[in-house]
Amino acid sequence: MTNTADRVDKTNLDQVVIRFAGDSGDGMQLTGDRFTSASALAGNDVLTLPEYPAEIRAPQGTVAGVSAFQIHISDHEIYTPGDEPDVLVAMNPAALKSQIARIKSGGTVILNIDAFDERNLTKCGYEVDPREDGSLDDYIVHEVPMTSLTVGATADIDVKKRDAERSKNLFALGLVSWMYTRSLEPTIDWVEKKFAKKPEVVAANIAALKAGHAYGETTEMFADQFEVVAAPHAPGTYTNITGNAATAWGMIAAGELAKLPIFLGSYPITPASDILHELAKHKNFGIRTFQAEDEIAAAGAAVGAAFGGHLAFTTTSGPGVALKGETISLANMAELPMVIINVQRGGPSTGLPTKTEASDLLQAVYGRHGESPLPVVAAYSPSNCFDMAIEASRIALKYRTPVILLTDGYLANGAEPWNLPDVDGLPDISVEFTTEFNAEDANGNPAFYPFLRDPETLARPWALPGTPGLEHRLGGLEKADGSGNVEYSPENHELMSRLRKAKVDGIASDIPLVEVHGTGDRDTLLVGWGSTAGSITYAQTLLEQEGTPVDRIHLTHISPFHSNLGEVLKRYKHVYVPELNMGQLVKMLRSEFLVDAKSITKMKGLPFTAREIMSGMNQHIDGVVA
Amino acid sequence: MSSTVEIQTDPTKRGHWTSSQEVRWCPGCGDYGILAAMQFLHTELGVKRENSVFISGIGCAARFPYYMNSYGMHTIHGRAPAIATGLALARPDLDVWVIGGDGDMLSIGGNHLIHALRRNVNIKILLFNNQIYGLTKGQFSPTSEVGKVTKSTPMGSIDAPFKPLGLAAGAGASFIARTHDLDRKHMMATFKRAHEHKGAALVEIYQNCNVFNDGAFDAIVKRANRDEMMIDLVHGEPILFGAEKQRGIVMHGGGATIAEVADVGLDAIAIHDEKNPDPSVAFALGQMADNRQSPTPFGVLRAVEQQEYSEAVENQLKLAKKNQGEGNLHDLLHSGATWDVE
Ligand code: SF4
Repeated sequence: MTNTADRVDKTNLDQVVIRFAGDSGDGMQLTGDRFTSASALAGNDVLTLPEYPAEIRAPQGTVAGVSAFQIHISDHEIYTPGDEPDVLVAMNPAALKSQIARIKSGGTVILNIDAFDERNLTKCGYEVDPREDGSLDDYIVHEVPMTSLTVGATADIDVKKRDAERSKNLFALGLVSWMYTRSLEPTIDWVEKKFAKKPEVVAANIAALKAGHAYGETTEMFADQFEVVAAPHAPGTYTNITGNAATAWGMIAAGELAKLPIFLGSYPITPASDILHELAKHKNFGIRTFQAEDEIAAAGAAVGAAFGGHLAFTTTSGPGVALKGETISLANMAELPMVIINVQRGGPSTGLPTKTEASDLLQAVYGRHGESPLPVVAAYSPSNCFDMAIEASRIALKYRTPVILLTDGYLANGAEPWNLPDVDGLPDISVEFTTEFNAEDANGNPAFYPFLRDPETLARPWALPGTPGLEHRLGGLEKADGSGNVEYSPENHELMSRLRKAKVDGIASDIPLVEVHGTGDRDTLLVGWGSTAGSITYAQTLLEQEGTPVDRIHLTHISPFHSNLGEVLKRYKHVYVPELNMGQLVKMLRSEFLVDAKSITKMKGLPFTAREIMSGMNQHIDGVVA
Repeated sequence: MSSTVEIQTDPTKRGHWTSSQEVRWCPGCGDYGILAAMQFLHTELGVKRENSVFISGIGCAARFPYYMNSYGMHTIHGRAPAIATGLALARPDLDVWVIGGDGDMLSIGGNHLIHALRRNVNIKILLFNNQIYGLTKGQFSPTSEVGKVTKSTPMGSIDAPFKPLGLAAGAGASFIARTHDLDRKHMMATFKRAHEHKGAALVEIYQNCNVFNDGAFDAIVKRANRDEMMIDLVHGEPILFGAEKQRGIVMHGGGATIAEVADVGLDAIAIHDEKNPDPSVAFALGQMADNRQSPTPFGVLRAVEQQEYSEAVENQLKLAKKNQGEGNLHDLLHSGATWDVE
C-alpha cells in the first residue's frame, strides 16, 4: 500500500479509508452502507468495518453512544478495512473525541460544527473546544454547518424540522461523494425505493444529499477532489455482500444443493439475528424459520426437524452456544445432521455484544460434556461465509453429525464485493435416506439397524419417520453398535466412543489440503483462522516489501484439521499464530503437533491491523514475550 | 415414502405396537398401565406404525418411546416439547406424541411446555404426574404438596406446587384433560380425544410411583373413593358427582366451588362446556386439584378450535411462493445491486 498522504497528485488516489462517526441516532451505518454500495458499483475493491454501541439508544451525545462505519476503497485488491483512516467525518464532539486517535496524522477531519455547542462538548468531556486548543493541528480540518445547511436545503419540503435535521447524514454522504467523485444515482435510487411510501422523506433526503454534493463543489474549502478508480477484479458479475447475508444465502443454497427443505431454529441474539431475518424473507424456498422461546428450544427444534429429514440449522452467538451445548451433544450421540452457526462476539458472559472476537474456538471444539467430537469449520471473509455454510452442511449431511460453523461480528457486518458463483457449478451435497432393511436380528429376521455404519465414512444410515418397517428409536443413552438398542456395557461404550471419534477424524480425508501462500521455502509461517485472513495477508505483503518475506496458511477446517497441516507446520523454523483471543488455536497446534508455535493476540473487540501482527512477531523475536 | 419393507405383525393386536425392548420400570409402576393403554389405543386408531413418533425427555416416563414399536426419540431433560415442535413443523404428516413426567415438563422444561401450548403446535403431550422425582430416587417435584418430606426436603417442602391443568389454561392451551393410570378405558378415551384434536393437547395422567410416592392419588382414584372424589366432566351435562350425584360444581365470578345439589338446586350447577372460548373456566376446573384433599375433575376440561401452528407455517410458505414465485437461487444471488467486470 502506498501512503495516500504522500501522493503529490491529489486527483488520483490508489485507495482511501474513510470513517463516518456520529451519534447512534445519526444514521452513520446507513451512510457507510450507501457509500460502500456506490463504491462497489464504481468497481472499487471495498472492505468495511461497522462499529456500533451495545445499547440501542445510548445517551445522546456521549462517547458511549458513538456509532461508526469505516470503509476502505481501493483500485487494487485489499485485505483489511484499513489500519488508519485517512478521513474522519464527525457528526458531533463525542464522535471526534472517540475517533480522532485512530485517524492518520495529516488526515482530513470533517466536522459538523452545528453540533459543537457547549452542551455537547461538556457531555463528552471536552473542557475546551478541540477546535481551539491545538489538538487538531496535525489534521486538515473542515468545519461544515451540516445541520443548518440541511435544514436550509429542505426548507421548501413539507417535513418537520426534526425530520429535516435527521437528513444531515445524507448531507455528509453527498459531501464525501463529491470529494471522492462517487455518483449519487445509486443512493437516490435506494432512497426512492426505501421510502417509497413517504414522498416527503424521499424529497428531504435527496435534497440533503444534493446539498452536500453542491457544498463540496462550490465552497473553496474543498479545493481537491479525489478519485479512486476501479480495481482490476476478475471477470464476473459482482454484488456487495455482508457476512451474515452470505451465511443466510449459503444456507439457502445448501438446501437447494441437498434437495432438502431448510429448517432454522433461532433465538434473537446480536450479532447473529440478521441471518434469521434474511432467511425469514425467503420462505418461497420452502424455508421454515422458527423463532423459539429460548436458545435451547431453537437448537432442540432443529434436532427434531433433522430427525424428520430437514436440513436443520441453528444460528446464534457464544452465549447461545453455551446454552445449546447439551442439545448439540444429543445430536452428536443420536448422530443427526445439523449445523450450528456461531457468529462470535466479545465474551465472556454478555461481554462486548456488538464487537468482534474469535474466542469461542475452544468452546466449539471442546466445549461439551463427555467425549463429544464434532467437525468445526470457520469462514475467513464475508463472502466466504456462503461457501462455508455449504461446506458445513455437506459435512453434516454426509457424516450425520452436528457441525459448528464459526463466523464473527466483523465478518457478519463487514461487506466486500463478491464475484457471484455460477449456481450450476456448486457441488451436489444430497444424501440418500435408507428405506430398506439393512440387517438381520438375533432371530434371523430382517431388521433395520440405525447404527450399522458405512464402512468408509462411518456414517450411520438415516431413515425418516414415515418409512414403513424401519421404525427405530434414537436417544441420548449409549447405544449398541449396529442395532442402536440401549446398551451400557463397558466394551460397547469404549467402542462407540472411539467410533464417534474415528468418524470425525476420518473427515480429514474429505476436506481440502491447507494451501501455503508464499514460496514455501521461507523459515517463517503465519497461521490464521477465521476473519484474520485479511489482516494476515496484508501483514505478509508489508513484510515482503520490507525484505523479510514470510509464508502464510489459513485454516478453514479446525476439527478435524487439514490432513497436511502437521507436515506443513514442521517445515518452518518460526510459526506465528495471530488470533483475536488469548491464544486458542495455538494451544491446539502445540498439543496436536508438538510445534513451538508462538501466539499473537488481541482482545479489543476489533480486527487486527497488519502492523499489530508485525509488532507481535517482533515482540517474540525481541524476547519481550515468550 | 416408498419402501419394499412390509409389516409382518397383526395390526389389531397389541403386539404390533410392542417393541423388542424389555420394559424396565419398577414392578407395579403406574407407567405399565399407561403403556398398555397407549398400545391398545393404537390398535384401535388404525394408524400406521411408521407415522407415529414418540418424543420424550428424561425421567422414568421418558423411557416410554423405547417400548413403542414406532419411531421415537428419547432426548434431553425438559426439551421434548421443543424437539417435538421442530419435528411437527418439519413433518406435519406425522402423529407426534410427547411423553414426560412432572419434573421433566414442569420444572426443567416448563418454558418449552407453555410455549408449545400457546403456539398450538400439533403435538399430544402426556404428562405423567407422580408428584416426585423417581429416576433420581425421590426428591420433591414441582407438583409435590407443601410439607412433602423427601431426601432433599427433610423438613418438608416449602414450595407451592403447580396445578398443571390450570397452568395449561393460563398458557392458552386448546386441549386440556386429566386421566389416571388405574383406568385403562378412561385413559384410552382421553388419549383418543387428544389424538383427534387439531393442535397442542395436554393430558395429565395421575400416575402412581409405588417406590417413592406410593398411593399419592389413592384418596381420589382408588375404586372405593372414585364416586366421591372423581368429578367426571361430560360436555353439555351438568357437572355432578357423588354416589347419588348429590354434589356438583357451581361457577361464580372467577372460580368454581363444590356445592350440595340439595342446597343450591340443580339449576345452579354448571353445565360443562369444553368448547368455551374463555380459558378461565378451564382454569377454574384445573385449579380444583388439591392433593388428596378434595374432589378433582377428570376427562376433557377444554377442547377448543384454534389455528394449528404448523398449518399456519405452511400457509405462509404457500403465500410466499404465490407472492414471490418459487425460490430461485440464481435470482437470489443477483437480487442486490450487481455490476459486471469484463
Ligand atoms: S421410580 Fe417410580 S416412577 Fe420410576 S419406574 Fe419406579 S415406580 Fe415407576
